[in-house]
Amino acid sequence: MSFARFAARRLLEMAATLLGASFVIFGAMYLAPGDPASFLLSGRSASPAALAAINQQYHLDDPFFVRYFRWLGQLLHGDFGRSIEYRTDVSKLLADRLPSTLLLVAMALVLVVAAGLALGWIGAVRGGAVDSTILVTTTVAVGTPSFVAAILLQGLFAVRLGWFPTSGTGQGFGDMVWHLTLPAIALALYLIGMLARVTRAAMLEQLGGEHVAVARSRGVPERQVIWRHVLRNALGTVLTTGGLIVSTLIICTVLVESAFSIGGIGQLLELATTTKDFPTVQAISLLIVGLFMTVNLIVDLLFPLVDPTVTLGARRSTA
Amino acid sequence: MTRTLDIKSLRLRLPDTARPVLDGVDLHIAAGETVALVGESGSGKTLTSRTVLRLLPKGAETEGEVDVAGENVLAMTPQQLHALRTGRVAMIFQDPRAAINPLRRVGDFLTEGVRLTGTLSEQDATRRAGELLEAVGLSGAVLRHYPGQMSGGMLQRVMIAAALMGDPVLLLADEPTTALDVTSQAEVVALIGELKERFGTGLLFVTHDLGLAAAISDRVYVMYAGRIVETGPAEALFADPRHPYTRALLDASPRLIEPGRRLAAIDGQPPDLRQELTGCPFAPRCRFATGLCTTQAPQPQAAPGAPGHLAACHHSDRLAEGAADA
Amino acid sequence: MTLALTRRPGLARLRAARQPLYLACLGFVLLVVLAALLAPWIAPSDPNAVDLGNVLAGPSAGHLLGADTAGRDTLSRLLIGARTSLIGPLGVVVFSTVAGVAVGAAAAWRGGWLDSVLSRSTELVFAFPGLLLAILIVTVYGEGLLAPVLALAIAYLPYVSRLTRSLVLTERERPYVAAYLVQGHSSVQICLRHVIPNIAPVVLAQSTVNFGYALIDLAGLSYLGLGVPALTPDWGRMVFDGQTAIQRGYPLSAILPCLVIVLTVVAFNVVGERWADQVARRDR
Repeated sequence: MSFARFAARRLLEMAATLLGASFVIFGAMYLAPGDPASFLLSGRSASPAALAAINQQYHLDDPFFVRYFRWLGQLLHGDFGRSIEYRTDVSKLLADRLPSTLLLVAMALVLVVAAGLALGWIGAVRGGAVDSTILVTTTVAVGTPSFVAAILLQGLFAVRLGWFPTSGTGQGFGDMVWHLTLPAIALALYLIGMLARVTRAAMLEQLGGEHVAVARSRGVPERQVIWRHVLRNALGTVLTTGGLIVSTLIICTVLVESAFSIGGIGQLLELATTTKDFPTVQAISLLIVGLFMTVNLIVDLLFPLVDPTVTLGARRSTA
Repeated sequence: MTRTLDIKSLRLRLPDTARPVLDGVDLHIAAGETVALVGESGSGKTLTSRTVLRLLPKGAETEGEVDVAGENVLAMTPQQLHALRTGRVAMIFQDPRAAINPLRRVGDFLTEGVRLTGTLSEQDATRRAGELLEAVGLSGAVLRHYPGQMSGGMLQRVMIAAALMGDPVLLLADEPTTALDVTSQAEVVALIGELKERFGTGLLFVTHDLGLAAAISDRVYVMYAGRIVETGPAEALFADPRHPYTRALLDASPRLIEPGRRLAAIDGQPPDLRQELTGCPFAPRCRFATGLCTTQAPQPQAAPGAPGHLAACHHSDRLAEGAADA
Repeated sequence: MTLALTRRPGLARLRAARQPLYLACLGFVLLVVLAALLAPWIAPSDPNAVDLGNVLAGPSAGHLLGADTAGRDTLSRLLIGARTSLIGPLGVVVFSTVAGVAVGAAAAWRGGWLDSVLSRSTELVFAFPGLLLAILIVTVYGEGLLAPVLALAIAYLPYVSRLTRSLVLTERERPYVAAYLVQGHSSVQICLRHVIPNIAPVVLAQSTVNFGYALIDLAGLSYLGLGVPALTPDWGRMVFDGQTAIQRGYPLSAILPCLVIVLTVVAFNVVGERWADQVARRDR
């Protein structure tokens, strides 16, 4: 199968899954007890005018599928609907809050990739006490929820030592980075542990391989053996965790942004959930699911580059 | 003239074993000579050949000497070891499928040793790789192939070409034919013999097949439970084995000259590494064994009139008589 | 959050040497379960009793582990909170295991359209992180324990069903299955009496690891105020309550629930992975 056909097929599959996900997200509203209008208005002033406005905005008199496809059509035009709570367009809400979340996620991602790969690498190559220490540390990291990490980091480095601000986003890039450092570490911690363990296991598997002994027997310098024959071969396994890493990072911003009072997408999702602002929850859910699939698609397309022996599309699956 | 390889009372211990995995191995190869090392799996033959390149398992402790062209490998600095691995000694591994990184092209595999160590420039390395591929009967086109696109026999040829890249004085071939099908086996054996002549290298051929060993080598070493139990010129060893284990191996291998003869399996199992050994390791499976064998380890002794034919057995002479009677 | 590689050959050897860690973790799991079972009898005071004279008090005879911002006894809240904090993950694991095994076994045994429908829906559910699915459901149904537990169970189900599917596919090829079929036993009978008991250890090991992840997700929801009702003692909720205390420089009432959460999750993970390793070794 040519690369173009493979890419086209994967793109179609992704579109189909995304369609299914959008259906789940849209249909969830109908699981609520009572009629959709009262669900959408729950807790708010239900004046006849407001009810009429909701009915008209959501076309609640139309059949379900008509509404679903209208909603889908609007999505394709970048229209995520109107927030009931904030009375503005959801797309505007998202645009306002996206920069801080993107920066936070990007910082955490850098930490995850750098520290996760490095720890896994060192553990596998060094062995002994260093490895045991890393193994125990990463086991604890994998058992630490991001909000717990957030609270502990805040208590120690912000409140007790005063090295970092306790909350907020800051103004300007440098200040933002300073404000987001602790949140990014809290967000990254679990995934650092996870990635380190995956990397370590994959590298150990390669290290035990005959081709590594052969490379050594031929006098290939040890650093090159690790680089060309161990890390290189382990990369495929590591790459498959990409989608999981990105989607976990984004969903966990709910917890971390709440702990550090960062006005980002995660905090918006939390507020929208407590106020039952369903259009906003829908939009953010779709964003997270879409990002997960996009990253997985990229991983799928990159995979043949990392592992030329694999036939297109036959990569080992995630998780 | 110094020997290409001279292993002197090599002892190797691994963690969690009760006795040395290699226990006083003596083995030498003269320049250009072909020597076979025969034994069943677990006897230590692969470990012996790997020790020549100091490819040791984690936690291994060694005693004795392994001299390559007069230099002790076990005492080398990392730089010297590096020079040894890139140049003088090369190894052909058992399973080429496992031995060649599947994610890299054949050309990369052939040239990486000399290229990464700066022995040859990339251009020279590629040219030499092309020449050697032709010498092993492959076309230069396979340089661009991935290992997954080639058969096991072809890959073993690549492996052989790779071993010759650094112009070695000694080739170590660790069961180079075991993972191949029968037709490729014969071709690969013939090829190794031919190239050895052409490039004038010494060859240590590790195998579990006594017949194959006798067919290609000048001298044979038979190994059992980490010790050399018998050594001698191939014909002498074949015609007149002086250790019951060699005898049993011969009886257990099928021969074309005597079709219809029943094959004699060797009863019992080789000794467990977790057990201490006193006396002769083969004693529990030996039909000649006496009380002496279980208490005192036999030392290698030369056959009468043949100083190169040694056997570590208390009852070599009885064995020779028994063979004459039969 | 479930990325549990049940078979890691390189680790098996190392873990065997770490017997003490496993035993300590197993001990901790038993301790936590026992505490949850006996909580009403061993808790020194009412977890919701407000004692404004002892707000943020340190450890004392009256409050062994101190008191929180409302002067409630931390030890009592931890003990009673163990019940809600463990019952939620238990529900997730039981539901996802039972349903996952049923779905996975059916897909593997029947194959065909059932199998492709399953793998399609698996792909769909994988796209939703467990926490997101739970938040979506909470938005619709409102706060509480049942809705998020069901949502997480659905999110975890594909991990169990996919594992079961591959295990049943291998198990099915074994000769004894054909022998029973020839003797006239029905497929359902063979599946229930032989195949599922044979694969159970692997699935249970995975479920034990899932327990830890479910605890993380549910505690996170409680922390956001989306899980258990506000007054119910719960570890995640306690972390939230303790946050104001930590910002005022009294970290104890926040650190203790954090510690308990981390230790419990780590203990369940280590025990589950250890079991998975043992099963993998047995199969070799």
